[in-house]
Parts: sequence; C-alpha cells; structure tokens
Amino acid sequence: MSDSDSIKEKWKKYRNPGYQDKFDYSWGMVIDLDRCTGCEACVTACQAENNLPIVGEEGFRSGREIKWIRIERYWDGEYPDIKLRFIPMLCQHCDNAPCEPVCPVYATYHNQDGLNVQVYNRCIGTRSCAAYCPYDARSFNWFSFTWDKPLDEQLNPDVTVREKGVMEKCTFCIQRIRQAKDTAKDQNRRVRDGEVQPACVQSCPTQALVFGDRNDPDSAVSKLAQNPRGYQVLKELNTNPSIIYLKNL
Amino acid sequence: MRQLKKPTYAQVNDDIVRTLVETGPRYYLALGTALLVSIVLFFLPWYYQLRTGVGLAGMNQPNVWGSYLANFVFWIGLSHSGTLLSAVLHITQSPWRKAIYRSAEAMTLFALIIASLCLFVHLGRSWFLHWALPYPNQMELWPNFRSPLLFDVMAITAYLTGSSVFLYVGAIPDFAAVRDRVCGWRKNLYTLLSLGWRGTDMEWHRLGVAYTFLAVLIIPLAVSVHSVVSWDFAMSIVPGLHHTVFAPYFVVGAIYSGTAGIVTMMFLLRKYFSLESYITTTHFNNLGKLLLLLSLLWAYINMLEIFTGWYSGSSAQIETLNYKLFGYYAPLFWGMVLFCAIIPLALIVKKVRTSLITMLIISVLINIGMYIERLLILTTSLSRKYLPDYWGIYTPTLVEISIFIGSVALFICFFLVFVKIVPSVSMYEVKETLDTPDRRR
Repeated sequence: MSDSDSIKEKWKKYRNPGYQDKFDYSWGMVIDLDRCTGCEACVTACQAENNLPIVGEEGFRSGREIKWIRIERYWDGEYPDIKLRFIPMLCQHCDNAPCEPVCPVYATYHNQDGLNVQVYNRCIGTRSCAAYCPYDARSFNWFSFTWDKPLDEQLNPDVTVREKGVMEKCTFCIQRIRQAKDTAKDQNRRVRDGEVQPACVQSCPTQALVFGDRNDPDSAVSKLAQNPRGYQVLKELNTNPSIIYLKNL
Repeated sequence: MRQLKKPTYAQVNDDIVRTLVETGPRYYLALGTALLVSIVLFFLPWYYQLRTGVGLAGMNQPNVWGSYLANFVFWIGLSHSGTLLSAVLHITQSPWRKAIYRSAEAMTLFALIIASLCLFVHLGRSWFLHWALPYPNQMELWPNFRSPLLFDVMAITAYLTGSSVFLYVGAIPDFAAVRDRVCGWRKNLYTLLSLGWRGTDMEWHRLGVAYTFLAVLIIPLAVSVHSVVSWDFAMSIVPGLHHTVFAPYFVVGAIYSGTAGIVTMMFLLRKYFSLESYITTTHFNNLGKLLLLLSLLWAYINMLEIFTGWYSGSSAQIETLNYKLFGYYAPLFWGMVLFCAIIPLALIVKKVRTSLITMLIISVLINIGMYIERLLILTTSLSRKYLPDYWGIYTPTLVEISIFIGSVALFICFFLVFVKIVPSVSMYEVKETLDTPDRRR
C-alpha cells in the first residue's frame, strides 16, 4: 500500500468514527411501537438508575426537565376518528452523530462500542450539542441539584452526579454494559445476548424495548431489526441512528 | 450646517491634545455612571450566575441558546466595520477615512473584547473555557479541530490580535506628537507608547509599508471571522440555521451594524469632544451612502434566505419559516424588517444623510433591528426543530436584560478611557488633508 493510500484509509476512519469494523460490540435498541402503552415506566426507571435530578414544578414548567428518555405523544387524525400514538424518544446513539463534531473539547465522542458517550468532566457547557441534536435528546444542568434526605441515600453509586453547567443524555446505562463486559472478560467469553439491559428495557412491562448487540446476527435486536415495520426516526438526515423503531400499524 | 473653517496644522495638535489632557466634570460623571452601571448590571449578575448556574437566563431545553449568544454575535458584528472599513478605505485611498478611522478601530477592539466576555457569560462552565484552546496539557488532549466553535475561538483571537496591532501601528506618530506636548506621568506613558519615534524619512517609510501590509492582512481576517461565526449555526442540521447563504449573510449583517455603530459613535464624539471641524457632514453623507447600499444587500440576502427555505419544500424548513414570519416572534421579525430594510431607504435623500440627527436615529434603529435579527436567528430556529413534541418558547429574563445593558455600559467605559489615552482622531493623517501652512500665507 502506498503512502497516500494509507493516509486515505486513515482519513476515512477519521471521517467515520463508527469503529464497528474494528470492535466487537455495536449496541443498539429496537422499540416496538405496537407494544408501547405509554406507561412511562422506562422514564421512572431511568430516573432512578441514572441519578437524574428532580427539577421541580417551576423547572418543569419552564421546559428544563432532565429526562434521558421521554414518551412523545402524538394525535393522529381528527376527532372523532382519532388515534393516540406514543414514541419513546431517547438518545439515538447515531453513527453519524451531529453532536460529536461540534463539541470543541471532545466532551462527546463515539466510543469503541458504537456508543455516543458524554464525558461530564470535560464538558464546558456550550450547549451546541443540544442545539445540533435533531432528536432533542440532550438535557442540560441549568443548576446544581441536591437531593433532600433521605432521597440522597438512593443515589446510584455507579453513576456520577452531575454539577451545574454540564450536558447529559442517555448512555444506554453504560455502567451496566461495563459491568457485563468485565464479567465476560473474566470468564473469557463474549457478553451473551440479553445479559445486559438498560434500566428502561428492564422495566418495560410489555417488552416494547429490546436491547442488544447489532454485530451479533443471532441477537434478538438483529432479528427484530429485520422486521419490515422497522424504520429510523428522521432517517433523511443521515444521522444513522442505532435505534430501530417498529411502526405502529 | 454652517461651513467651518479648515483648521491649521497647529490647531489640529491643539484640538486633539486638548481632548486628552483637559477633562471636565461631565467626563468624570459619564465615566463614573458607566462604571457603576457596568458593575451593577454586568458583573454582579454574572457573578450571581456563576455561583448558581446559567439557569438564571430564560433558556430551556429546545432553546439552549438564547440572548447570551445573540449578544456575542451582536458585539462581533459591531466590531466588524471599524477595522475592516478603515483597511478597505486605506487601500482604496479615500481621504475621508482619515478623521474617523481611529475611533472606528477602537470600536472594533472594544466590541471584540465585550464579545469574548459574552462567550464567558454564555458558557455553562466558563472557568474551563481554556480547554477550547490548543495548548499542551497533562490530559494529553487537543481540542476538537472539526468543531466550528473552535474555528471561532481561533478566528476571534486572530482578529483581536490583528486589529489591535493595526490600531497601535497607526497611532505611533500621534503618540510621539503627544509625547512632545505633555508633561508628568503622561510624558512617561507616551514615551513608552511612541517607541522612540523621531519622524525620520526611514521611519515614515517603514510605517507606511507596515500599515499597508496590515491593512491587506486585516481584510480577509475580518471577512473570515464573521463567516466562521455563522458556521456555528449553519453547520448544524437545524431547519432555519442550515443555510449555505449564512456566511455572506452574517458578513453583510456585521458590516451593516458596524457601520451604523460608527455613525452613532461619530455623532457622540463630534458633539461631546467639539470635533466639528474634523468630523463633518461629508463623513455622514458618505457613511449614509454606504449604509443604504448595505441595507439593500442585507434585505436581498434575507429574502434569499426565506426563498430558499420555502423552495426546499421540506416540511421542517417550511414550519420554521411560517413560525418566523407569523408565529410568536412575528412582531419582532416585522419590527426588524422595518428598522433594517424599510427605514434606511430614507437615506436615498441627501438631506437625510447630511442631517446629523436623522443619521443618529437611523443608525440606532438599525442596530436595534440587527440585535433583533441575531436573537431571531436563534430563537425561531431552535423553537421549531424536527420533533413537534419538543417545541418550545424562549423569553429572556431580567438577568439577561441586565447583562446586555451592563455590557453596553462596559463598552462605553472602555471607550471613555480610550479617548483619554489615545488621540481619537489621527492627527498626522488629518494634516495630510489640509493645506500646508506656507501656501496659506
């Protein structure tokens, strides 16, 4: 290979920071909208798992709620022939994420598992990632939040408590992924399908959310993604999300 | 206006040095008020915000950018015209530049400083802004060179350095002239600032070469700064921001608001420093013509932006467009059209251009309109992104309004200090436009 070819190859890698060809796991999710009842159990579970602060009534009213997953509600049709549709919306972990190139300090980048990760300690709070995100999946810590006693006792020790001025978003419960990968490494094997579940997937009563490795063709996620009902939200923007939605018919 | 007699060489020196050394109570009153206002309305709220969080501003989840960023773009825009205009007019050898360029360049410098301060105010954790600079550090991390925000930091530092050097080099002979006229601590200050200028042929020759070189260097820098600022927005995929026309749009807007700023500033300088014989109606007339041209260009680009948005046919673009023209912010939008596109058309009449008071009113209105434009670019686009469930409305809070007023006061503060240290009119270049003393005799 000539020098220019190797430079081209490197440049290509740099331009497409997906890394899936290089690393084993490519975590993804399938959300079956036919099964979603809009119960918001996922929202609550996420809140408990990831130490999401409670912004209070005033904060909620001014549109500053910190939610890593939310249920979007849409009315379809005109009364009386009307249908209610729910879409759980969370960080899509796009392979071509618009939020990544804009961060001046690399606080958000693509990691080796195909996850779009946020480094809280590196974030300087320009908020441009949230402005660039077409899914509005990012939440900003407008203030430093505290937990009243005894609520502080229930904080998850595996997850950082974020300070004011820091952007945050869904991590696919990276602390659980790390743990599962560590266990698998100790036992000299790969992470099994279904071994790791984010809090939202675990708590979904109708199993509308399925999580797994998209690189493994036998995983539940890969099989469900083949479903002809499958689509990606705002696919026309070429962000290439890791979440496949199954259409509600 | 009555025609004033042209001053002589000696009068030029007398008049300008007088503005430096003679300070009346009105000056102290103005400086004191500006200082007080900037402390109370800028630094105290900012300190409060640093302690509690940026949540004090009215921003919320879809509108993560608000008036702080609009302030930044506004001040960068205001900074635009001074040095750029001065450099362009120097290269095209327009004689009318000579009386106004010094204060125009100072405006550039101070507006840039205020703009950088606005960036600090905007950030969630401004105490870490240095992470956006490429310096060797123990984390072994570079900043992200793909980020338009990083381009921004680079462009602004380059422009700040370039324009301050340009301002300084152009003022060296004047510092020397003042050095020879004053005593006391001022003598020491100007001795230092004039770098031992003696006015030899060689020195004048080198000054001319350096000055022209810097002027040529400054022009692409100035154009690049505002193009880069526009990329902060245009490189997103947000409908209403994702336009290829944004770079020229921002550059024209910047020169437009900057030129209006110069008119306002010239009016005040002329009035309060009795520089009637230096800043004449000719200057206002010429700047008025420039403003008219820029207002037409600006209106054209605005129509173009709306047209391309509509022609794209994408539902998100059209929704944003509808929202901009007829939504919550529509009164502001039409106000902006009135201030920036319709009222400046009056400049086509020569009487309007040569009447100082109408020029003042029009220039202030243009800058109000341009501020609205900067605010609208952010709010109308971010309020209406792709997912309708997450649409929102942004209104500035008291803290934001106070910080904006405070930043204006801080700018005035800087300027008041500047006029007492640097000759606000270029003495040696004004003399070039006058008749030589012996011919008069």
